[in-house]
Amino acid sequence: MYWAQVITYVSIIVAVIAMIAKVLRYLTAPESFRWELYPVPHEKGRAEYGGSYLEELDWWSKPRHSDWFKEISEMMQEIFLLKGVYHNNKKVWTFSLPFHLGCYLTIGWLLFLLLGGILETAGVAVGTGGNTFASVIHYLTIIFGYAGLVLAGVGALGLFAWRSSNKAQRRYNSPAEYINLLIFVAVVTVTLISQLGADPSFTTLRSYVGSLVTFGAAPPLGTLMTIEIVMISLLIMYVPLTRMSHFVAKYFLYHSVRWNDEPNERGSKLEKRLMELLDQKVGWSGDHIKTGEKWIDIVQETGNEQ
Amino acid sequence: MSSKDIKIKDFGKKTDKLYNLDLKNLPGLPYPYENWQDSPIPELSEIKRKGKNITLDGFLNIAVPEPETEEEKEAMVAKFLEGLRKLLSRENNWTFLKPLLLSLDNCVKCNTCSEACPIFEMSGGAEIYRPLFRSDVFRRIIKKHFSPGGKLTAKFTGADIDLNWDTIARLAQLAYRCNLCRRCAQTCPMGVDNGLIAREIRKLFSQELNIAPAELHGEGTVKQLDTGSSTGISPVALMDLMEFVEEDITDRTGLNIKIPFDKAGADILLIHNAGEFLSWPENIEAFAIIFELAGLSWTLSSEMVGYDSVNYGLFYDDVQLAKVTLRHAEVAKKLGVKKVVVGECGHAHKAIMTIGDRIWLGECNIPRESSMVTLEDLIVNEKIMVDPLRNDFPVTLHDPCNLTRSMGVIEPQRRVLKKICPQFREMTPHGVNNYCCGGGSGFAIMQSNNFPNWRYLVPGRKKFEQILKAFTREELSPDVHKYVCAPCSNCKGQIRDLLTYYDAWERAGIMYGGLVELVVNAMTDVREGFHEWDFH
Repeated sequence: MYWAQVITYVSIIVAVIAMIAKVLRYLTAPESFRWELYPVPHEKGRAEYGGSYLEELDWWSKPRHSDWFKEISEMMQEIFLLKGVYHNNKKVWTFSLPFHLGCYLTIGWLLFLLLGGILETAGVAVGTGGNTFASVIHYLTIIFGYAGLVLAGVGALGLFAWRSSNKAQRRYNSPAEYINLLIFVAVVTVTLISQLGADPSFTTLRSYVGSLVTFGAAPPLGTLMTIEIVMISLLIMYVPLTRMSHFVAKYFLYHSVRWNDEPNERGSKLEKRLMELLDQKVGWSGDHIKTGEKWIDIVQETGNEQ
Repeated sequence: MSSKDIKIKDFGKKTDKLYNLDLKNLPGLPYPYENWQDSPIPELSEIKRKGKNITLDGFLNIAVPEPETEEEKEAMVAKFLEGLRKLLSRENNWTFLKPLLLSLDNCVKCNTCSEACPIFEMSGGAEIYRPLFRSDVFRRIIKKHFSPGGKLTAKFTGADIDLNWDTIARLAQLAYRCNLCRRCAQTCPMGVDNGLIAREIRKLFSQELNIAPAELHGEGTVKQLDTGSSTGISPVALMDLMEFVEEDITDRTGLNIKIPFDKAGADILLIHNAGEFLSWPENIEAFAIIFELAGLSWTLSSEMVGYDSVNYGLFYDDVQLAKVTLRHAEVAKKLGVKKVVVGECGHAHKAIMTIGDRIWLGECNIPRESSMVTLEDLIVNEKIMVDPLRNDFPVTLHDPCNLTRSMGVIEPQRRVLKKICPQFREMTPHGVNNYCCGGGSGFAIMQSNNFPNWRYLVPGRKKFEQILKAFTREELSPDVHKYVCAPCSNCKGQIRDLLTYYDAWERAGIMYGGLVELVVNAMTDVREGFHEWDFH
């Protein structure tokens, strides 16, 4: 199935490029003004009530104690339990949690398929007997695969039903949002039918992934499995092109904005970056702005504002 | 059209008023206001309406012009799009581009924000006040006009919105129906900040189209930079006022205090919201008494802008924000103080301490501290002695959003209150989860036309409800004097207006004031009775 492999390769390449572009969009955005929002979890001893180091007398002369363990723990709860959604919108959480857990497990499943494929190309059989490590991979692939697909499918269906039955949801969600969820449901359904019917242990699928690693010939695939592979490939390509890849942005929203309380210190690298930004020209054309002049010159200027 | 049926695609429709705030839809208030009748909302006169687009909800706090010809309207639409292009560019909007893009790109439309928004809640669920509504109007415009194939795929991707002058004019008005309290952002599972989006819309209108509320721009930052203060107090007038303040201190306390000005090399430059000079001089007096009796080395400034911590640029314009905060930095540098202490003003705290953090560079990077922290040190460490029984009346605390949610200064003011007020109790919720007073983002100073009614009826109603619930039924008797402590000048102004509108001093005995007034009232070195139960 040469053409199926081509579709998979193209999908992966497009997905990687799209993800890199998304990361770069935020990573390379200039240093902004501080805009943190409390509670900030790394505030040691203060995060519980939302306090900050600004509560300290002469805070600039004292060492700042950051609790990175607490921040990581908060991140983990946010990623794996959707803590914020649980506390603020339990209805969404009911469907969103299985959907997200399903997606994580499905990603794990794909990674185990890749690992298994690599092992097989290296001559290690992945199955119930033989190499222990390969056996573990075999079982994990099955567990992650079915658990992930079922949870993602149920979650997507639940989210679709919730979005369809809620007036405010219908009002603000575009047809694309509904179709995206249905795409998930369709991919999950086809994959489950295809795998349970013809390849319940994912052996053929693992060989297919192995063929992608070696750029070799794909194993014989039935029509349904070919459709399944094409659908998964297209989904891999599609997700980073949509808002469904919001997990990338969430990292930046939390770390670069919401939890970014880094103070500027004299002579710091941050100060240097800020100096450079103030040296840029301003293009705004409001009457109170001298268009084309540098930020620093405009803000330093004294005189009649009228 | 019912308020709940308004859809985003209706936003550009030709109509005199897209939404009508109906008093019948507003949630009721608790005891003793179960039978409260709100005053009718005043209609704007023809003269006030003339030449302006007031087609959102009929309230006027930003004079959006109504061009006379279609050509003029088209030119304004083009100018808006040009401003939008700048707002999305690195060169022109480095100040907020990153958080803006993150918030624009990543809303999953779960509507969790709506539950957190006091404006949406207290309007009775008016669709146009939903935080997502405003942001989505803006997103759809961007998607349609700045995404490849945006117009072609508009229906499918949800970008079907007509971009005409009504859409734009209403968007400007809608940006001023948000307190920028960021409660919505706090509950957003993604971290999307609808408050920031509202602020950035305001910025676009100010920095490109010269459209901003007069109280914030012409009578705000422009006046401050020209005369020294947004109140119009010049350095000369300030010194006259200070004579009155010093005399008043003597009258109230018997103390002879000379307020230090422009003392080079002082440890502390104290900077007040100049609104205090005019409306609440007792706050200025209280700070002076505390700092003098504690033996601190401190000074005020009489330099232009140096005596007014206000920075309304925070609410609508980065250039004005940077200009004002840099003046503050330069004043501090010139005086050679060791630190700047920000008085009781929430937005000034944020502008000077955290936003200023990115503008007070090099030699201007003078340390800044909240007066809440300075006061805590003096009181908790017993550098001044207090008798809490002098404040033996019910006291509750309002948390200014900028001080708490945006800066994490939560406990110092509480530790002070617990030390000086035996009947202190919290509002629910409080701290970082507080509700805005309803005057946030500059609304407290918008006193003209019919906008104050909106302030009292919608965002302020939530705070008033919270205030009432902080006290027991027995305490809500007008004979029991109660105190709402609001350590922020703008919040204080809003709470004064709320208590006046709801006649709360007469009906329920509720008074308001700052934190330092309570401190001085409890100080054993000061004659009893600094705080007067005189509603003003």
